[in-house]
Amino acid sequence: MIDPVIFGYKTNIAALEVGKHFYWEFGNFTVHGQVLIVSWIVMGAVLVAALIGSSTAKADQRVPAGFQNFMEYALEYVQGIAKDQIGEKHYREWVPFVGSLFLFIFVSNWFGALVPWKLLELPEGELAAPTGDINTTIALALLVSLAYFYAGLSKRGLEYFTRYVQASPFLLPLWVLEDFTKPLSLSFRLFGNILADELVVGVMVLLVPLFVPLPLMILGLFTSAIQALIFATLAASYIGEAMEGHGDEGHDEH
Amino acid sequence: MIDPLVASASVIAAGIAVGLGSVGPGIGQGTAASRAVEGIARQPEAEGKIRGTLLLSLAFMEALTIYGLVVALVLLFANPFA
Repeated sequence: MIDPVIFGYKTNIAALEVGKHFYWEFGNFTVHGQVLIVSWIVMGAVLVAALIGSSTAKADQRVPAGFQNFMEYALEYVQGIAKDQIGEKHYREWVPFVGSLFLFIFVSNWFGALVPWKLLELPEGELAAPTGDINTTIALALLVSLAYFYAGLSKRGLEYFTRYVQASPFLLPLWVLEDFTKPLSLSFRLFGNILADELVVGVMVLLVPLFVPLPLMILGLFTSAIQALIFATLAASYIGEAMEGHGDEGHDEH
Repeated sequence: MIDPLVASASVIAAGIAVGLGSVGPGIGQGTAASRAVEGIARQPEAEGKIRGTLLLSLAFMEALTIYGLVVALVLLFANPFA
């Protein structure tokens, strides 16, 4: 804590705490309220942006302008991610899922770093990026697991389970383990990166409250954006791999 | 309130986790970056693709270090034995 006394008033310039949460209770469930609040704000922001971006579209307008142009760029970017990983034929139906993952993670990371959450005072704990909570990232990773199983089963039916004995029956434990390590690594990669960014910035601000933490904050913005891209790319890659089968394309096989 | 042996062991373990966990990915990222620079030098038109692939690969390797950091953070702030 940095508590200088300025003109006789005790002020609190910097403090760092980890692990305090704002608990909400729904019957038997206890949830982290601060994570839910910021998640809802992020979802609201993305929805509002999408609505504004599409409301100004006019039927006779060939060249989009302004905000609509920006939203179309975002859509094309997400379509590009899905197309690269899943392939020309089937990528259209997975664009909403991959796009939602990318936009939610990207916007929540950047909101967590840029929006001055400290202005909203909570009784316990404080508002931060929702992806900095392991529960959020595990939920997203389990969604991806569910998605790639669904993709494989719906496209290939029960033949999908032959992948366990694909190259050789001795590799069965490896593929079973892969089913567990995929969501584990996805969730921990995202959680670790975002929490590490927040902690590093927090500790820097604790030590030197002005100006010096800025390069680290910008680095944090950059790495959190990359992590959103990585999560979406890997999700699309797992879906594409489940639909095609192992070893078909030389993508970034993790 | 916390057993001093558990506390000191956790602190040492956290330090070792982060320290050793950054050796491998550090070497890997250096190699990847050097090959990427080599590739750009050989074919400057491919710089965009090479840079994109390089960043993606760096993030994967970074994740391995982050796993060590997560273990260290758990030991320090959410220690199950304290």
